[in-house]
Amino acid sequence: MALISRSTSTCAPLFRPLTLFSLRHVSTDTSPITVDTSVPFTSHNCDPPSRSVTTSTSELLSFFRDMSLMRRMEIAADSLYKSKLIRGFCHLYDGQEAVSVGMEAALTKSDCIITAYRDHCIFLGRGGSLLEVFSELMGRQAGCSKGKGGSMHFYRKQAGFYGGHGIVGAQVPLGCGLAFAQKYSKDEAVTFALYGDGAANQGQLFEALNIAALWDLPAILVCENNHYGMGTAEWRAAKSPAYYKRGDYVPGLKVDGMDALAVKQACKFAKEHALKNGPLILEMDTYRYHGHSMSDPGSTYRTRDEISGIRQERDPIERVRKLLLSLDVANEKELKDIEKEVRKEVDEAIAQAKGSPAPEPSELFTNIYVKSFGAEAYGADRKEVRVTLPGY
Amino acid sequence: MLGIVRRKVCAKGLPVTVPGETLRFFRPVVHALRNYSSAAKELTVREALNSALDEEMSADPKVFLMGEEVGEYQGAYKISKGLLDKYGPDRVLDTPITEAGFTGIGVGAAYYGLKPVVEFMTFNFSMQAIDHIINSAAKSNYMSAGQINVPIVFRGPNGAAAGVGAQHSQCYAAWYASCPGLKVLSPYSSEDARGLLKAAIRDPDPVVFLENELLYGESFPVSAEALDSSFCLPIGKAKIEREGKDVTITAFSKMVGHALKAADILAKDGISAEVINLRSIRPLDRATINASVRKTNRLVTVEEGFPQHGVGAEICTSVVEESFGYLDAPVERIAGADVPMPYAANLERMAVPQVEDIVRAAKRACYRSVPLAAAA
Repeated sequence: MALISRSTSTCAPLFRPLTLFSLRHVSTDTSPITVDTSVPFTSHNCDPPSRSVTTSTSELLSFFRDMSLMRRMEIAADSLYKSKLIRGFCHLYDGQEAVSVGMEAALTKSDCIITAYRDHCIFLGRGGSLLEVFSELMGRQAGCSKGKGGSMHFYRKQAGFYGGHGIVGAQVPLGCGLAFAQKYSKDEAVTFALYGDGAANQGQLFEALNIAALWDLPAILVCENNHYGMGTAEWRAAKSPAYYKRGDYVPGLKVDGMDALAVKQACKFAKEHALKNGPLILEMDTYRYHGHSMSDPGSTYRTRDEISGIRQERDPIERVRKLLLSLDVANEKELKDIEKEVRKEVDEAIAQAKGSPAPEPSELFTNIYVKSFGAEAYGADRKEVRVTLPGY
Repeated sequence: MLGIVRRKVCAKGLPVTVPGETLRFFRPVVHALRNYSSAAKELTVREALNSALDEEMSADPKVFLMGEEVGEYQGAYKISKGLLDKYGPDRVLDTPITEAGFTGIGVGAAYYGLKPVVEFMTFNFSMQAIDHIINSAAKSNYMSAGQINVPIVFRGPNGAAAGVGAQHSQCYAAWYASCPGLKVLSPYSSEDARGLLKAAIRDPDPVVFLENELLYGESFPVSAEALDSSFCLPIGKAKIEREGKDVTITAFSKMVGHALKAADILAKDGISAEVINLRSIRPLDRATINASVRKTNRLVTVEEGFPQHGVGAEICTSVVEESFGYLDAPVERIAGADVPMPYAANLERMAVPQVEDIVRAAKRACYRSVPLAAAA
């Protein structure tokens, strides 16, 4: 049970008439309250931050809403995939939502986030829309990459989201490059490069970390440890699955990744650290309910008991729900109403996305180059399809 | 001395129309005077690359250089000499020997909007970073439908040096040039080096810039225009180094020099060869190549790299597709031998195209392999 305390300046009555008006009032209440994280932080080569997190009822409600939206979105994507409207790869994030919302609570859009292929919720957290998500998944024009990227290639550059990458581990040096550019440009901002426990063993990660530490780059490496790299449990892939310690001379923090407040606190701490002292590793102890991707049932390498156990004990949305109920911010019905709203939003976005057309055939040949110099490109039958690339 | 001056005049390419022979004696003198006042400058390829880097870094604060030994060592091949002193360690960065890591960092910086120049000590080491070149750089603009462009240059020596063995001698032109989203350039002369590198650095797309170690020390005359800091060569345009009418010879990088020497030898046998310096492997200037073949009706492609699936194979197919009716002979292909590069000097010589190989192939294309009984 989370320990809570209210700051003395607020004198909210314990029993409030629970009308919709009251809920609206509470949802904009940003006065600070303090909540303790589920467990204290474990640190490596640094002093951990306090487990008392400053938040507000408004923030907690937004956590609940945003995570519920993400949860619904991923479950809807599951159905769309099974009805063959989504093709290829589809890696779902349900269970890990707290990492995205906690991180967003600690960052601004000047900070950058880069991740691998489990990117739908990160994209949403960076300000992307449901329509862009579902359209991209179904390969339509309204998609964030106009249907040309697919599930693994969502981007939102104006909000500091740099993808969306299919090659395991590649996003980490890229993220250190973003951090390099932020420092070069004197932007006083940081980059969070997310990777999984499977990617944590990649050589290029250590190459990039070495350079980031050497050059004092404002890079935070975030290991989303969901304990399985596809079908391989962490203890079968890593001699040392203490990923927060793998940076050696680079400090690290182990965080309960199912606790959005812990994630927020850790990210806030990491950002301050990185701006002054260079790179840091955050290990988020998290869990994915789905298999690695839609082609993996996720039950051949782990037990159903394990999955349902996590759902019961550690689900990130349930944690925030209990907190909201105990703080009397909302009642069961109001929270259910939020979930219904969110479901409706998702259904509407899907309907709208289904109405978006597939890309025009001419889009096959766009965006290859920014500046084509009039170069030509060819289709499968060169005599039949021959195009001068746009963007001379 | 007059001879030297005359050669410089010709090299400078000043078109001279003087009526009649009588002024021929005076022409070089007049031009000598003109030349002494604005002397035809010669630059080594090394100086050309260095000046291009210098000027582009000076013009745009977003341009920076990173790679092994580019800073304090002044560059493994001294291409970046003086740049650390001039621009400081924030813009000229010595990296550890970790190509995958530092190339990924370079691409990430380009995502953000900086303009990195990533040096590979040789392109053989680019294989350690090739995933970032192809998957992180080349494909990003497409996968993001234009949101993330990657204004990066990957440069360094490519192909065979001398006696460096199998792991240090491969030519990567064909591999990189097959990839949509990349631009691949390969200079021959100093003017090429300056103009193409400046174009590459200014370009908003990822460019693979293939230099040649053996050319770094070679001197070429450079026009005043090429010395100007705004000088730039267009990407995707080949250069006709030498006009001819009997056979087209395509080449790039060091092989252009070989092709020009071969053309001199062929001229003595009455074969006029047109030598095309590709400059740009991707986009390939199919228009110039085909126009030339339509004029000469015969083609010899020359490259240093492995023959199978090489640049010459692409050029041959392009010509067969577009100008089949104009060919009077099968296309000839000169390339490196189908072997890992040997070390022993005699074997190495056999593994790399020589001038006589190009001459022989050109004669075959002209059905002149067997010498004529009576020379003209």
